[in-house]
Amino acid sequence: PVLGLFLLTIARDPLRIIILIAGSFFWLVSLLLSSLIWFIAVKASNPQDEPLQKGLLIFGVMFSVLLQEAFRFLYYKLLRKAIEGLVALSEDGCSPISIQQMAYVAGVGFGLMSGAFSMINLLADALGPGTVGIHGDSQLYFLTSAFMTMVLIFLHTFWGILFFHGCEHRRWWEIVAVVVMHLAVSGSTFCNPLYVGSLVPSYLLMATAATWAYLLSGGSAQNLCHFLLCKS
Amino acid sequence: MITFMNNSDSEEEPCNERTSLMSAESPPVPSYQDGLQASEAGEPQAHRKRRTGSSRSPNNIADGDMSDSRVPVRESALENEEEELTLKYGAKHVIMLFVPVTLCMIVVVATIKSVRFYTEKNGQLIYTPFSEDTPSVGQRLLNSVLNTIIMISVIVVMTVFLVLLYKYRCYKFIHGWLILSSLMLLFLFTYIYLGEVLKTYNVAMDYPTLFLVIWNFGAVGMICIHWKGPLQLQQAYLIMISALMALVFIKYLPEWSAWVILGAISIYDLMAVLCPKGPLRMLVETAQERNEPIFPALIYSSAMIWTVGMAKPDTAARGQSQQMRDEAEDGRENHRSPSHAESQMSETRSPVPTHPTTSFEELQEEERGVKLGLGDFIFYSVLVGKAAATASGDWNTTLACFVAILIGLCLTLLLLAVFKKALPALPISITFGLIFYFSTDNIVRPFMDTLASHQLYI
Repeated sequence: PVLGLFLLTIARDPLRIIILIAGSFFWLVSLLLSSLIWFIAVKASNPQDEPLQKGLLIFGVMFSVLLQEAFRFLYYKLLRKAIEGLVALSEDGCSPISIQQMAYVAGVGFGLMSGAFSMINLLADALGPGTVGIHGDSQLYFLTSAFMTMVLIFLHTFWGILFFHGCEHRRWWEIVAVVVMHLAVSGSTFCNPLYVGSLVPSYLLMATAATWAYLLSGGSAQNLCHFLLCKS
Repeated sequence: MITFMNNSDSEEEPCNERTSLMSAESPPVPSYQDGLQASEAGEPQAHRKRRTGSSRSPNNIADGDMSDSRVPVRESALENEEEELTLKYGAKHVIMLFVPVTLCMIVVVATIKSVRFYTEKNGQLIYTPFSEDTPSVGQRLLNSVLNTIIMISVIVVMTVFLVLLYKYRCYKFIHGWLILSSLMLLFLFTYIYLGEVLKTYNVAMDYPTLFLVIWNFGAVGMICIHWKGPLQLQQAYLIMISALMALVFIKYLPEWSAWVILGAISIYDLMAVLCPKGPLRMLVETAQERNEPIFPALIYSSAMIWTVGMAKPDTAARGQSQQMRDEAEDGRENHRSPSHAESQMSETRSPVPTHPTTSFEELQEEERGVKLGLGDFIFYSVLVGKAAATASGDWNTTLACFVAILIGLCLTLLLLAVFKKALPALPISITFGLIFYFSTDNIVRPFMDTLASHQLYI
């Protein structure tokens, strides 16, 4: 799905592609830093101690989430500057790309990288021989991974919009809400392989975020009805 | 049958001579030019492909929309216009460069992943005589550094040689050399490549068919690259030969040497282009002085001049090919400007009827484009290909390197717009790529693996 999003909305406009790649880059850097922290922590601790490792992992995940959000913020700052530059240079005094579009694209960039990193090795392995869940793990591993990745990508997109909107209008509670949601989603994956615990809340949160972002972007129930029914 | 697979020197000589030509040519041009001497601001060179980076953000490029008809002839307004226009085209140019680089990398990665030939170690080039099979780390490091020194010196010597030839106007020699090397690339390497691909997929092909295919491929390639041809086809050929060359490098360079060479090449590139006595810079300046296009050079260009309706000779059309220098750029730049001046004047002279305007606009649009040396393509692909081949974290590392390289390219193009002169394209991208490769492979991978095994998501 995200690939479809990409093709339909982003591939047309070169500026968006650049923003997308830059967004991916920022996510990557945040991942790098967070894994660095985790790595150091692991090396410094006792590798035999199971609960400790698990605890460290959880710590790493949370830290990574926080870092991701921090980088999203940094990216926002950068894009603000960029918009000012663009406005100054364009002929008619208004920017060729609005901050909302940027928010959307940035969100997609983050989501794309995140999804890619989560899924791609899985996909590559899936091409090879083997049976899923032969050791007593869940047999739905691939399926749930796919769904989870998809929901995460969408969530990143929506979070991008919400986050930027919050920064624009200085509504700190929006930003905090995004961070909390992110933490919640990551936290919910801790109950894997009890998939009910993770997939369902994630989807619910996604629906919430989706409607919120939609409303923020100026849509409304009326627009939706128009779109679906009339198409004219 | 491939003679340079084993280390027998006698057989290797001719091939390696060519290879040396190739590799010598390849690296030295990792610079691409931009807004060449837009010093003549009064001239309507507004359409040089560049991004005048007026602001320092990477997104200072607006969409390309044609505002050519509004370029005034007045000099004062011209500079501003120039900036705006080049800015507007900036994003488009970045994408025009992203796409071929991405394609090249995709081809290389796909080949590396599927065809096992390119990851088997079957010997080394004579440029890297020190083997890396030594047991101790220190010895291995030393060997790789020595290999690098040899390789870089070969490249430097070749570049200086080329510059001297150019200075003393031995054009025939250079042409012949280029033609010979592109011949070898197109025919020999393609043959090897095809052979390996067919072997991997277990497809049988008889010799006559193979001969026909390769002959056609090679002949069309030669014509396209060195003479005239449709732009897309030319670009496709350039991408293909860059990929082939990168594959050869990936196969024949031992591991640590490859990384050290990548690092050293970017440093060399930086120096060769920016230092006043650097060979590449001298080449560029000489070309500018003489106001001529270099050779059918090893440069990838995203746009081409159409000779229709322009007074300039078709040497301008042959702008791209195998050189990694942007000398051709300069030549083309200069060629373009007079022709552009013509179109400008004719525009202002007559009240602009829509039809000629659009045709001028079309032509002008074709002219604009950014040039990137083929060596850059090759080394980017080598980096990504090595990441795909040797990293144990497989796709994550490859993806990370890919994004890093693209961002580096973006930044370089941005700097290009700011500085408006030839810049080395390698250093930033390769640095990012190397950093990301090593860090992703060693640090991120265990993290992601653990996460994936517990199916946690961040």
